[in-house]
Amino acid sequence: MNGLATHWPILPVLLPLVAGIVLLALRNAPLAVQRGISLAATVALVPLVLALLAGAGDGAQYVYKLGNWDAPFGIVLVVDRLAAWMLMATALVALFALLHALQGVDAEGRYFHVLYQLQLFGLNGTFLTGDLFNLFVFFEILLLASYGLLLHGGGRLRVKAGLHFVVINLAGSTLFLFAVGTLYGVTGTLNMADLAVKLAHTSTANLALIQTAGLLLFAVFALKAALLPLYLWLPAAYAHTSAPVAALFAIMTKVGAYSILRVYSLMFGGDAGSVAGLLDAWLAPLALATLIVGMLGVVASTALRQQAAYLVVASIGSLLLAFGLGTRDAIAAGLYYLPHSVFAVAALFLLADSISRARGEFADRFVPGFTMPGARVLGGLFFIVAVALAGLPPLSGFLGKFMLLRAALDSPLFPWVWGVVLVTGLAGMIALARSGSLLFYRTLGANGATPTPTAPTWAALAPVAGLLLLLIGMVIWAGPLSGYASATATQLLQPQLYISAVLGATP
Amino acid sequence: MEALIALIIGILTACGVFLALRGQTFPVVLGLTFLSYAVNLFLFAMGRLAIGAPPVIADGAAYTDPLPQALVLTAIVISFGMTAFVIVLALKARAELGNDHVDGTHYDEEGPR
Repeated sequence: MNGLATHWPILPVLLPLVAGIVLLALRNAPLAVQRGISLAATVALVPLVLALLAGAGDGAQYVYKLGNWDAPFGIVLVVDRLAAWMLMATALVALFALLHALQGVDAEGRYFHVLYQLQLFGLNGTFLTGDLFNLFVFFEILLLASYGLLLHGGGRLRVKAGLHFVVINLAGSTLFLFAVGTLYGVTGTLNMADLAVKLAHTSTANLALIQTAGLLLFAVFALKAALLPLYLWLPAAYAHTSAPVAALFAIMTKVGAYSILRVYSLMFGGDAGSVAGLLDAWLAPLALATLIVGMLGVVASTALRQQAAYLVVASIGSLLLAFGLGTRDAIAAGLYYLPHSVFAVAALFLLADSISRARGEFADRFVPGFTMPGARVLGGLFFIVAVALAGLPPLSGFLGKFMLLRAALDSPLFPWVWGVVLVTGLAGMIALARSGSLLFYRTLGANGATPTPTAPTWAALAPVAGLLLLLIGMVIWAGPLSGYASATATQLLQPQLYISAVLGATP
Repeated sequence: MEALIALIIGILTACGVFLALRGQTFPVVLGLTFLSYAVNLFLFAMGRLAIGAPPVIADGAAYTDPLPQALVLTAIVISFGMTAFVIVLALKARAELGNDHVDGTHYDEEGPR
C-alpha cells in the first residue's frame, strides 16, 4: 500500500454518505450552514481522489475488503486506474456543478444538498465496487438520489420527464436483477473477479444461460448509458431539470459506459473462453448509430438545453464506439475523451442556464430575442464551449477524436468509423454555429420590455469558466493524461491482474 | 415444483410487462410491482429449491443457499422504497398534469378530458 493509508479506498464512498446524513440531521439549519457542509465535503473529495489517482497511477490495484472478509465471500472495493480516473471526473464536475447550484437552485426546494451528497455516494460506490450485486445496490442509490434531484424545484415538464425517467429505470433495475440472478444461479458467485474465473470455464450446457445474462446486463448498462435504441428517456429528462443537476447528470450516462467497459473487459474479455467477445458484434455498430441519431437530434433541437441533452447522447456514441473497437489505443482514446465530454457538456448546461436567464421570456429557445445583457461574456464562453464540443482544435475534443480516428485505422470498421465521426463532427459544428449566431447575432435589438432580464453574475459564470479551464488543462497536460489513459487501457486488457489482485494467487 | 415456480415467475413477469406498457400511471405502477415480485421469486429460486433443509449450515450436509435470501431481502427493500416513490410521483403527476396518463396528455382542445 505504498503511500496510501489502509482505509483510503473507502473514503470517497464514506465522505459523501456521512455528509449526506449530517445534512439530513441538520435539515432545519440555516441554508448557509448546509451549503458550507455540502461544499466542504465536495471540495474535500478532490484532493482525496487525486491522491487515489496518484496511488493507482503506478499500476497498483488496491483492494479494500469490507469487514475484512476474504474476496469471493465478502464485498471488495477496488481502486485501479479506471476507477480512480472515473472518481476524478466525478469529483471535479460535482464541485463545479455545486458551485453553480449555490447561486440559488439549492434554495428552490428542501434536501437539495442531502440528495446531492447521496448522489455522489452512489456514483463513487459504483466506480469502486468489485461485486456485481453491490454494483446494483449503488446503481439504485444513485438513481434514487437522481430522481429527487431531477424533480428538484418541481414544475409540469419536470414531473412528466421525471415520471418517464423513474419508470424506465425501475424496469432497468428489474432486468439487472434477472441478469445478476442468472449469473449467480449458474456460477454461484457475484464477485466480479471470481465471476471472471468461473465464466472462463463455462460448460457448453450453461453457455446459453451465461450469454443471456451477459446480454441482459448489456441492455441494462446501455439503458443507463443512453445507447440507441434506449436513449429516448434522456433528452426530455436532461433538458427540463435544473442546470447544476443536468451538469452532474453528465457523469451519470458515463456510469453505464464505465460498467460496460468494466464488466466486458473483465468478465467477457479475451481470456473468457467460450463467452469471450460477447459484445463484439453489438457495441460498435450500436454506438455508431447512437452517434448519428444523437447528432441528428443536435441539429434538429429547438432549444439550447435540448441541444445539450442530445450532445450527451452523441458523446455516448463516440465513447462507446471507442470502447467497442476494443483495442488498447481505442480504449485509451475513449478514456481521454470521457472527462472531456463530461466537462464540456456540463459547462454547456451551466452556461445555457445563464443565457436563458439573460434572455428573459425567450429563455433558451432558438428564436430571435432581444440583445441579452452581458452578451459579450456569454458569447465568448459559448464560443469556447462550442469549439470544445464540436471537436475543433485547439481544445481537448479535437485530441480525443483524433486519437479515436487514429486507433480506428486498424479496425475492420475503419471506413464506417471515419465516415460517421467526421460527418457527425461537421454536423455538430454547423448546429452549434447556428445556435450561437441565432442566440447572439440575430437579435431584435435592445430590450424595451420590462422587467429587464437579469445579467449573469460572475459567480454564476465562474463554474463555467472553471470547467473550461479544466478542458484547457486537458490540452496542456495531454501527454501525461493520454499516457495515463493508455496505461489504463493496458491494465484493462489484462484482466488477470485484477483477478489476482482481488483473489490473491491466481488459480 | 420447479415447473410450478417457473410458471409463476413467467406469469407474474408477463402480467408485469403487460401492465407496465399501459397508458395510465396506476397500471404502470402495478406492473412494476408485479415485475419486482417476479424478480424476487426468481432470485430466491436461484439458490435452488430445497424442501426441509436448514436455512444455514447445520449438522447435516444439506442446507439451502443463504446468499439468495440475503439478496432477495435487499431487493425487496429497494423495490419497496422505489414503489413508494413512484406512487408519490404518480400522484404528483396526476395533480400537476391534470390527468393520470403517463404522457400527461391534455385533451382540452381535441376532445373530452
